[in-house]
Amino acid sequence: MEQSVTAGQNNVSAGKSQPGILGDRIFRGITQVSALFIVLVVFGIVGMLLYDAWPAIHKFGFGFLTSKEWNPVAEQFGAVSAIFGTLVTSAIAMVIGVPVSFGVALFITELAPAWLKRPIGTAIELLAAIPSIIYGLWGLFVFAPWFADNVEPWLTDNLGNWPIIGPLFNGPPMGIGILTAGIILSVMIIPFMAAVMRDVFDSVPAVLKESAHGLGSTTWEVVWKVVLPYTRVGVVGGVMLGLGRALGETMAVTFVIGNSHDISASLLMPGNTISSTLANEFTEATGQVYMSSLIYLGLVLFAITFVVLALAKLLLLKLNAKEGKKS
Amino acid sequence: MNTIYLRRRIINVFNLTVALLTTLLALFFLAWLLWTLIKNGAPHINWSLFTQSTPPPGDSNGGLANAIVGSLMMTAVGVLLGSPLGVLAGTYLSEFGRESRLASVVRFVNDILLSAPSILIGVFVYAIIVVNVGHFSGWAGGIALTLIMIPVVVRTTEDMLSLVPDQMREAAAALGAPYWKVILTIVYRSASKGIMTGILLGLARISGETAPLLFTALNNQFMSLNMNDSIANLPVVIFQFAMSPYDDWQHLAWAGSLLITVTILLLNIIARLGLGGGSSKGY
Repeated sequence: MEQSVTAGQNNVSAGKSQPGILGDRIFRGITQVSALFIVLVVFGIVGMLLYDAWPAIHKFGFGFLTSKEWNPVAEQFGAVSAIFGTLVTSAIAMVIGVPVSFGVALFITELAPAWLKRPIGTAIELLAAIPSIIYGLWGLFVFAPWFADNVEPWLTDNLGNWPIIGPLFNGPPMGIGILTAGIILSVMIIPFMAAVMRDVFDSVPAVLKESAHGLGSTTWEVVWKVVLPYTRVGVVGGVMLGLGRALGETMAVTFVIGNSHDISASLLMPGNTISSTLANEFTEATGQVYMSSLIYLGLVLFAITFVVLALAKLLLLKLNAKEGKKS
Repeated sequence: MNTIYLRRRIINVFNLTVALLTTLLALFFLAWLLWTLIKNGAPHINWSLFTQSTPPPGDSNGGLANAIVGSLMMTAVGVLLGSPLGVLAGTYLSEFGRESRLASVVRFVNDILLSAPSILIGVFVYAIIVVNVGHFSGWAGGIALTLIMIPVVVRTTEDMLSLVPDQMREAAAALGAPYWKVILTIVYRSASKGIMTGILLGLARISGETAPLLFTALNNQFMSLNMNDSIANLPVVIFQFAMSPYDDWQHLAWAGSLLITVTILLLNIIARLGLGGGSSKGY
């Protein structure tokens, strides 16, 4: 890399008479402006969110984050139910999604015969490309009714009486609710995470795995004690990517979560997320306070996804620095 | 000794079986999803879908022509604005910025934009364009899609350009070519497949986006080619019709979903074939 930079700069410093200099400056300028445009957009988004949310920030302050009330008529707004729904659905999605995508990546890289790797990998990638509204449609018309008839009654009967986790599964089997939204989110993000994990598992040098096999390790031990430690930077990156998706996902969730501003102990009850509230109410919001409260919600969502991304980057930086290698 | 060995074998077999089952589970969901789409959508795919506009409720003679046209127009705006901007910004990162401070900032900010919930992009465009112009418009929708497209293209372009060996740049520079010419004629040419792949993946990404269009393009019951007014588009029509209680509308929603999914899957397959067996990065 270094060499070619000097090649470019030598060219520039070679003499003002050379005809390429002006072209170089112009081209560099154009690309730099495009790059700066991205920075401008992101700062614009943050600035806009802050500016338009200001009336609500001014009125409710940080109490917005702890108030449960959502009453457009009385113009009283609080974000707790939406933040709660966002975090809980994402948590469900991660609890199901992380192990499953690890299993898929493990299968593709270590178990599948060579002729099967490509087709399965492609199928998983295609699952990642399907737009979220399709997941929502399928969730509402196919998955939710099936889930309500076959799974939710069983959950209530068998887990509903357990101590501690029992209340989570007590509720009417409606099919629509936080649990359904979380499961559909997990189906959505599994392919993302699985694709990244497969890529990083593939990057492990064969010598490492062969050595472990040679010492008598089972395939599982090779994966758990050699592949995973070697690739944890990439795996964490993939998981964070999936989490980011889950937190901000709108359409798939809006269809199936039931859009209720109440917080319930039961995962079978309807709820809402920040993005589903925005999708449902943004165009119908009347009055400045209502509108800016919704944008305040958007600001909170942006902050959450930003923190997740920044944490992931920081973690990767640290791991990279410790191991002194490029991920 | 023997029991330890046995235990390790059992753990091994058990965990690998679980891995197999999870893969089957993921594939099962893909099959279930596609089957649902085909079962509900295929019977309603017919010629009038492409010639008629969205009907009022209760009218079974409608189609999705206005939504298809609107989607195509806004996607075109997204691709035409997003690809050059994305490719140029990616070029800056790979060719000029490299390890500089500005480049790392741009890279980080680009990742933020890439992972920002698309609904916030919609809110942003609503606030800066729709509010100021005073009405929903196809342009606002197209610009929202542009903003979603850019980070995808930046990422792939930078990745692809950095795969071009430095020797090629040096060889061209040694022949006396100015750097901009090296980039345009050597670097872009050797990375053209990869850049196209990025653009196709970006296109696939934006053609199914719904959330950002809810607040920008909104919807339009009639055929409209006016980008300055609210315009029909497939994702929002699917959303509204699916949530409606009318059978005809729901049928159209399924047909539209099948249409959009097939298009996106084809785009992805083309992009992947073009890449020649490369790997996805998850977007």
